[in-house]
Amino acid sequence: MYDKVKITSGILAAIILFTFPLWFNIGKTSIPPAPELTTKAKDARFCVLSKKEMRLEHPSLLNEWRNKAVRKGERIYVSHFTGQHHDISLQNTCMNCHSNKSKFCDKCHTYTGVTGGTSPYCWECHLEPEES
Amino acid sequence: MSPGTRGELILSNINKREFLKISGVLLFGLGSGALLEVLSPGEALNAEEYIADPEALKANSWGMVIDLKIVNEKIIARCIKQCHQIHNVPDIPDKKREIKWIWGELFKSVFPDKGFEYFNIRSDLGNKTIPVFCNHCKEPPCVRVCPTKATFKRPDGIVMMDMHRCIGCRFCMAACPYGSRSFNWMDPKPYINDKNMEYPAREKGVVEKCDFCVERIDKGLQPACVEVSEGSFHFGDLNNPESEVVKLLRTRYTIRRKPELGTVPQIYYLI
Repeated sequence: MYDKVKITSGILAAIILFTFPLWFNIGKTSIPPAPELTTKAKDARFCVLSKKEMRLEHPSLLNEWRNKAVRKGERIYVSHFTGQHHDISLQNTCMNCHSNKSKFCDKCHTYTGVTGGTSPYCWECHLEPEES
Repeated sequence: MSPGTRGELILSNINKREFLKISGVLLFGLGSGALLEVLSPGEALNAEEYIADPEALKANSWGMVIDLKIVNEKIIARCIKQCHQIHNVPDIPDKKREIKWIWGELFKSVFPDKGFEYFNIRSDLGNKTIPVFCNHCKEPPCVRVCPTKATFKRPDGIVMMDMHRCIGCRFCMAACPYGSRSFNWMDPKPYINDKNMEYPAREKGVVEKCDFCVERIDKGLQPACVEVSEGSFHFGDLNNPESEVVKLLRTRYTIRRKPELGTVPQIYYLI
């Protein structure tokens, strides 16, 4: 084989370069996000669905809410979890309890990179609560 | 002893009757999970439901009747202020980029073909400022041209905007013969003076217009402009012979904007 040294050193360099992120981060822990609840949200004890459902399904629930409210005029959500009627409104219902967007929504959204101007674009139009 | 021989031992020791008993119990065990799911009351209530507010105002075809004998510039100014404050309509000084849901216009400009027709009856009419906004047409050209169905007609006749779907192509603005629609050339938020936190704003690149205050109607409230119009705006069901607006239409002579275009506007002006 010609250029044995060049080829093997090249392959070795490539392997080191591509695996750099893996071994560079070994031993380092990343802090998982810890969204904070406002006292109002804590006192309410539960959201419109269970904690597990809200964690998994809130994007599709919000999507369903906007379609029902805007396109069908059905502006009340009857939750099978709470059994109560909830006004369908991001600004008036969700953010009424979760009035700490930067410490609630943004915590996980920033961590997972689901943020910024592209996705989700709720706050391009919807007004976020003023935080003190 | 290996597991295989042990299994053989058990099977060889039972008779046919016992075998059937055991398999029956096992089968029941398998099915009981599904049975529980069907019978448990918690699961039966699982159906999520969306309902309209029982207080919501209902009609076959919403429309507005505006009394030109009562309405004046002061009333129009108050309507504009109320509407634009509630709906977070920005106050952009640049006339080319301004956003408006309701505004005042000279009668002779609104009805260019009819301006002189009524001068004999009411000589003041031509230079009178009258309120104009979306006509909520029965045959809305904006809805026909919208490629994303962002603007659509509700069953109760309101021509509504779904801002989530608007891509800002402005076909609707080209189609509307009344100029009722405004385009957001820039982010409107810095130009909203007194923000209403209960209502959203818009973003750069969407079209907006009057939507007959659907968010209020769906809660059982009259449109905002009607409330501050000192009785010059009448909102009601045009498809109900008993409604106040229809009774009003019977009493006086009325005109609509450009009826010859076939858009069937739902705003009537009482002369």
